[in-house]
Amino acid sequence: MSTLAPERAPRSEQPAPRRSASRPALVERVRDVFTSPKSGPVLVTAILFVAVFAVGGVRYPAFLSGQVFLNLFVDNAYLIVLAVGMTFVILTGGIDLSVGAVVALSGMIAASLLQSGWSPGVVIPLILVITSVLGLLVGLMIHVFEVQPFIATLAAMFLARGLCYVISQNSISITEPTFVALAVTRIPLGGGLSITPSVVIVLVVIAVAVWVLHFTRFGRTVYAIGGGEHSGMLMGLPVARTKVIVYVISGFCSGLAGVLFTFYTLSGYPLSAIGTELDAIAAVVIGGTLLTGGFGFVLGSVLGVLVLGIIQTIITFEGTLSSWWTRIFIGGLLLVFIILQKVLTSRRR
Amino acid sequence: MKTLVARAFSSRLFWPVAMLVVLVVINVIAFPGFLSITVKDGHLFGSIIDILRNGAPMLIIAIGMTLVIATRGIDLSVGAVCAISGAVACSIILGSSDPGSITTVATAVAVAVVIALVLGLWNGFLVSVIGIQPIIATLVLMTAGRGIAMLITEGQILTVNSPPFKAIGSGFALGVPIAVLIAAVIFAVAALLTRRTALGMLIEAVGINPEASRQAGVRARGLLFAVYTFCALCAAIAGLILTANQTAADANNTGLFIELDAILAVVIGGTSLAGGRYSLVGTLVGALVIQTLVTTVYTVGISPIVTMVFKAAVVTAVCLLQSPATTAAIGRWRRRLAPRVAVEVAS
Repeated sequence: MSTLAPERAPRSEQPAPRRSASRPALVERVRDVFTSPKSGPVLVTAILFVAVFAVGGVRYPAFLSGQVFLNLFVDNAYLIVLAVGMTFVILTGGIDLSVGAVVALSGMIAASLLQSGWSPGVVIPLILVITSVLGLLVGLMIHVFEVQPFIATLAAMFLARGLCYVISQNSISITEPTFVALAVTRIPLGGGLSITPSVVIVLVVIAVAVWVLHFTRFGRTVYAIGGGEHSGMLMGLPVARTKVIVYVISGFCSGLAGVLFTFYTLSGYPLSAIGTELDAIAAVVIGGTLLTGGFGFVLGSVLGVLVLGIIQTIITFEGTLSSWWTRIFIGGLLLVFIILQKVLTSRRR
Repeated sequence: MKTLVARAFSSRLFWPVAMLVVLVVINVIAFPGFLSITVKDGHLFGSIIDILRNGAPMLIIAIGMTLVIATRGIDLSVGAVCAISGAVACSIILGSSDPGSITTVATAVAVAVVIALVLGLWNGFLVSVIGIQPIIATLVLMTAGRGIAMLITEGQILTVNSPPFKAIGSGFALGVPIAVLIAAVIFAVAALLTRRTALGMLIEAVGINPEASRQAGVRARGLLFAVYTFCALCAAIAGLILTANQTAADANNTGLFIELDAILAVVIGGTSLAGGRYSLVGTLVGALVIQTLVTTVYTVGISPIVTMVFKAAVVTAVCLLQSPATTAAIGRWRRRLAPRVAVEVAS
């Protein structure tokens, strides 16, 4: 991230006049990067991540290892995919509350279909299609009927959670060989480090998302809608289509996250992933995406998930802290980042 | 007659009330004794009383939420505030030497309410002074709140044995469940305060345009503090009722998803999330629709866990029916059918 942000920042700063000619250009530029609403929060998150990692390394001898870092990806693979999808939605100024329930629903569909002997090659694409269609319906509801994103995705959340119970009320375990293989396989990276196949999928998702958001017309339109939907419309951008598609993307990502979650837990359970939507939103906010839309990076959201993950890891290493401290920490962090964003954006305007 | 029909059709309350009537009719068909209310031991019993009693906590929160939404805000933290107030009250009652005395219970309730007021002020501070979007400002407390409740209960489910406390949740006074009485009092207070004074109009003004209302001399900041604090107060009272009903404080599950139900009640009742206008009667109808729906699912004999699918269906239906696109379509359809009715409505 830190390499990407400074590169991209200068483009946005042309209106900022040089206030003092005597000051070295480098200091000026660094300050501009830090105080811009675009890259400032991301940099703060990156610094925070490194700081927390360093603190962990000082406190616990085994902490400062490559495997601890890689495990952040292994353990939070599904959350990263969710956060990536959520980034698209939030960039347009919307929100998707249904992602946690859709994760649980995809897990239930996978578990029940595999149990009745379907092939994984059919099940996984089917899940992705179902969740994308659900996203499409939500998007249409928001666009055509002008229902607020909050309410429309809330209805989708109820629907998905309810359908989980319709499928089964109990946990269904998965014994299908392909899924088990994907769950237990470790890909060695040398030096005793290893990752799971899920991490590879996650990296592909991140790469595709970065490409779509930063290097395609569609991505520019997403930012434009977040910056001002009406102006986007007046500029002749395909606002309607884009607004619907971001919810399809979020639905697709939720489905994929559900599949990854199933690799991780090897079961489907109707109550799983409750509150995950909040974690995803928190990760996106901590990653520097403005909730009003228009500013943010996919990689920022990934960094946000890593920060949440490392807090969890620290609490696990600490051993004496109870797990509910995680929630308090996440809440506190969220607050800090929101205030930071507020300060940064108000200074620019 | 035509005018009357047209006016009913165009009323904001038309669809929610129609939905409620449909639900009641389904119930009466499935269960003929649905509407009957009997008196046992001087207490009222019946399905309707059950609906009112079980719906009371949600209604109480929805009342506070209505005022918050009228200012173009939203409060996601009410569920967490429920959990915190329940946890505080139960831990005080458990810690006292005489859990059954009224003084202990009164202290516990008072402390829980005061803490909720502080939490409400905190939300109000974030929204009005720092100027954070309400959905995010309250998300902070929603995320951290259950953790705080867990700290108070130390991760345990606190079970209390205190008859006066239990009465808040499941007791009767004058034959009516106490929870229903509390909800009625809060509804009356909110309605009188905001509709018999200028307060309601000022709240709506803030919702329409905070900056313009501030320049017109409305103290937007104070009003925002007031509505968030009132909402937290409502949440605390609802949390106490829920906790007292179970006689146990469960930091994880007390008031789980109640914020969503409350927001749904408000939206079904015709209050727009965009703020600027609200209807407390609509919220009452909305809360009744949701609670009746839950009861219907039980009486019709569908597995209760499928309730969420029905909730999704009802929410979607009401939202789509109330949406501008539908309203416009109905308007066109009506104009084509009976041009005169449309003229009368317009005049």
